[in-house]
Amino acid sequence: MRLERKLALGLLALVFSATIMAGVLSPPSYSQQFRDLPNAPPSRAFPLGTDELGRSRLSRLLEGTRVSLLLAPAAAVLSTLLAGLIGGVAGYLGGWWERLAMGATDLVLSLPWLFLLLTVRAMLPLNVSPLGSVLITFALLGLLGWAAAARVVCAGARSLRNSDFILRARAGGGRAGRVLLVHVLPNLKPVLYAQFWISIPVFILAEANLGILGLGVAEPLPSWGSLLRDLEHCDLRMLTAAPWLLVPLALLAVVVTSFQILLPTEDFPS
Amino acid sequence: MSTHCIVRHVVKILATLLVGGFLGATMVRLSPGFGVDEQELDTRLSADSIRALRHAREPEEHILPFYVQYLSGLFKGNLGVSHSLGRPVAELLAERIPVTLRSVGTGVLGGWLLALVLALPSATYRLRAYDLFSTLVSGIFLCLPSAVLALLLLFTGGAPGCAIALVLFPKLFRYTRNLLLETYRAPHVLTAQAKGLSRTRILAWHVLPYVAPQLLALGGVSVSMAFGAAIPVEAICDSPGIGQLAWLAALGRDLPVLVNLTLLVTLVTLVAGTASELAGTMSTMQPR
Amino acid sequence: MMRRCLVLTAAAVILLGSNLLGQRGGELRLCLRAEPKTFNPVLVDDEPSETIRYLTAGVLIRLNRRTQQLQPELATSWKLMANGRRISFTLRPGLAFSDGTPFSARDVAYTMQTLMNPSLHSPAGDSFRSSSGPVTVETAGDYHITITFPAAVAGVERLFDQVGILSFRSPQKEMATLGPFYVAEHKPGSYVLLKRNSHYWKRDENGRSLPYLDSVRLDIQQNRDIEALRFERGQIDVINRVDPGTFERLAAAVPSSVQDSGPSMDSEQMWFNQVPSSPIAAYKKAWFQSRDFRGAISAAINREDICRVVYHQHARPASGPVSSANQFWFNRSLPSNASDPSGALHRLEQIGFHLDHGVLRDRDGNRVEFSLVTNAGNEAREHMAAMIQQDLGRLGIRLNVVTLDFPSLIERIAHTFDYEACLLGLVNADLDPSSQMNVWLSSASNHQWNPNQKSPATDWEAEIDRLMLSQCSEMDIRKRKAYFDRVQQIAWEQQPFIYLVNRNSLSAFSSTLRNVTPVVLEPQILWNVERLCFVTETAKNRR
Repeated sequence: MRLERKLALGLLALVFSATIMAGVLSPPSYSQQFRDLPNAPPSRAFPLGTDELGRSRLSRLLEGTRVSLLLAPAAAVLSTLLAGLIGGVAGYLGGWWERLAMGATDLVLSLPWLFLLLTVRAMLPLNVSPLGSVLITFALLGLLGWAAAARVVCAGARSLRNSDFILRARAGGGRAGRVLLVHVLPNLKPVLYAQFWISIPVFILAEANLGILGLGVAEPLPSWGSLLRDLEHCDLRMLTAAPWLLVPLALLAVVVTSFQILLPTEDFPS
Repeated sequence: MSTHCIVRHVVKILATLLVGGFLGATMVRLSPGFGVDEQELDTRLSADSIRALRHAREPEEHILPFYVQYLSGLFKGNLGVSHSLGRPVAELLAERIPVTLRSVGTGVLGGWLLALVLALPSATYRLRAYDLFSTLVSGIFLCLPSAVLALLLLFTGGAPGCAIALVLFPKLFRYTRNLLLETYRAPHVLTAQAKGLSRTRILAWHVLPYVAPQLLALGGVSVSMAFGAAIPVEAICDSPGIGQLAWLAALGRDLPVLVNLTLLVTLVTLVAGTASELAGTMSTMQPR
Repeated sequence: MMRRCLVLTAAAVILLGSNLLGQRGGELRLCLRAEPKTFNPVLVDDEPSETIRYLTAGVLIRLNRRTQQLQPELATSWKLMANGRRISFTLRPGLAFSDGTPFSARDVAYTMQTLMNPSLHSPAGDSFRSSSGPVTVETAGDYHITITFPAAVAGVERLFDQVGILSFRSPQKEMATLGPFYVAEHKPGSYVLLKRNSHYWKRDENGRSLPYLDSVRLDIQQNRDIEALRFERGQIDVINRVDPGTFERLAAAVPSSVQDSGPSMDSEQMWFNQVPSSPIAAYKKAWFQSRDFRGAISAAINREDICRVVYHQHARPASGPVSSANQFWFNRSLPSNASDPSGALHRLEQIGFHLDHGVLRDRDGNRVEFSLVTNAGNEAREHMAAMIQQDLGRLGIRLNVVTLDFPSLIERIAHTFDYEACLLGLVNADLDPSSQMNVWLSSASNHQWNPNQKSPATDWEAEIDRLMLSQCSEMDIRKRKAYFDRVQQIAWEQQPFIYLVNRNSLSAFSSTLRNVTPVVLEPQILWNVERLCFVTETAKNRR
């Protein structure tokens, strides 16, 4: 395996094990408020300092990483699969199927889904656990996030439809489904991998933005997105005085890049 | 392009618009907090006034009659009156569309420019170090919340359009880079390389036309992505455009404004999508 | 002789440098938090429109925001008659609106008739409507007017502070104003520009016409962080309500640019849903209707910590519905709500609750768990909810914090009653308790914990009804105070609202401004806007 792949794998493994060993690395619970020490700088007891309510930033980062690292890729897989299926089938079959699917895709891109999300939240019981509400949020994001990629996948499938090797496969008696799965979709991998890679941070940030409307995580559970949103209240002076506030951003960027490096077919012909 | 073809596309757009407008209106109508006014919490208001406030939204209770009435008004040029701002929607749109067009236009162009500038060298020169660097840079921008980006730009005196461009380019970069890289491995490109053709020639004649349909589709999608990004950016930068209007209307469950905005965004998405589809089809019809 | 010259010179120097002589000119720049919905003074309901009304409209009687006393404005004097049912005004002669239209009693009559139009549903008009029936207005000449109400309105004079006088004949309609400024430009979504009203009647001690400022520019800016940034860069001169975090930052940079004026009239409070027909579980309804349960929850919350951590000491623990900023109506004999977790637990145990391996359960074994809804996007409230969550967690109570967007929240607390506890703030613009009738009357819709009751559900609510109705029709202010003190006492005992904190009034202003005396009542720094002025260089540069 090449060097950067090994590095990426190592980093992801490190992050993953850190979240599992959160209790050892940062003993204070992520919800415990040390009210005498709000906004404290890093120290032995609090390696990343404390937040406005005196909670350990490191504990909250590790807990938020656990939540987001599990749920965001799962939602990304869901949206990628949907994009691949809908766009692939539509582009491959063409005709009315394609028109219908692309019309639906355009609608999904344009409709105000915000209201659907609000309605879903309203239907949930008030006493749902914080983890339950964030699970539902990510599931909904996954179910709604496929539209942008579907169009691109459809265009790709359409141009493949009349290409030589597809025609040969169909002439060879291959069933439509098999041709689609074995010949068409693998050729659409560039778009699908791009979609997966983009979706992870997009969903993490979307979950945080939905916090404005009461969706997403509830107190005291942190999520990466909510930790990143705290950056909104900082100006450049504060960030230079307290650079540890940027750690969640740096960690997210590193994790997302590692995912990208690990994905197959990212090889350069050397 | 035949008349039949044009008519078919126009009919498709109109039909989708009708359905989209209705679905959007229904979603707003069924959402929690519809028909509720913040003014109800004003302790000075008498019971009569509060009742009057609650009855003010009665014409919107039943969504189908409302939609039909809205459409008939639309043909006469009356787009309804906004609850949250108390002004005719047509006026609001006329004021705000140019602002958003400017920022979205800058955003889309800037986003594509940045994406291509980063992606083309990555694909044509294929240096691992450069690829890693560009991945990291686009990764950082992808991970920044649009609110933070908008704030950063305000600190440095940038326009909302720049914020939209910075939100857009990482996504465009990733798709473009992957597509280009994959194309460079296609047999006809390898043949061209073996023949010793120059990089520019390969790019212009062998790579780009091959990947054009998908890039054009992406271009169509990037317009709706830019509109989506415009909402938080304009809300943060207090730029008086459609995005800010959408945010205010959503918070106030302002049905007249939201129906119009849904139709507008759907129209833009459909037109962009259709245009990119047609362009893609025409590019594949070029002789290779 | 020499000495006299010296004294005169010294006096001249002092006078020239003193604040009484304002420097003319300059444009005051500040931000509005949202688009103003209307410029018509009688229709004003939202905060930005109220700010603009204060700056542009003329009123008969002004509540002096600093002394909290009434002072004559467009009316030189007034008299209450017929046991408070009638009020007669003597108006200031020789005044004109901003476009030159003369002012007379007919304008006041026109304003009152417009205001009291029932189909208008004006909040200012509703404040006058203590009972149904027409309001009659009689003018006697150009400068005398008598207004008769169907029933006595306690403290009616102070209500005229909210009534901006319209001209009945000006071609500019509601845009013609009697205040220090008039609306010159309005770019929707962007800014509102007010220019000096050259016909404004007030003069300073040296006979010079007010206001000193040439214009006021109000930019529409929703984002507080950007507002703070623009203030630091000198792009705006005044921030009327500063967040505690921003306040600390500005104070660290330039201490003289900020001021903490002490507790404001606003309070943050939580309450439990006591509506009998609400869709929550019956055993939870029983908890919320228990005085001891509410009292225990109140005792478990550490208000000092909230003031310290969330508000950086720029808040004071609240004990009752009236803030200590309300000098006359505040009941000083109310004990404070000190934090007492062990006392709280003891109180709960006395009504059958018990701790079971760290989990609090009621006498039927139900786990004590409930949700607290609050509005999303308000950072202070979200932090407060998290702190209350930890405080109650120490008693073994699990609190689920649910943030909702405002319309969803209002739907739950005012329409469907599908909530358990709610945390919200109350903005008290008016000093007089009569403005809170719709909160304390059990039949009213803002009686949040159990609104629109056909008859009082409890004895203490019936008692409060009686007291509030008495104080509303009583003219003797001391008797009114006695009634309302008792209402505050009952509220403290029963805790239908668990009052948490009273925020301090924090403001920021540029060092180039003179005559700035921030107060706790709205509009804070702008209360004496006609006397605000810039130092010489700034005034000249901003002409």
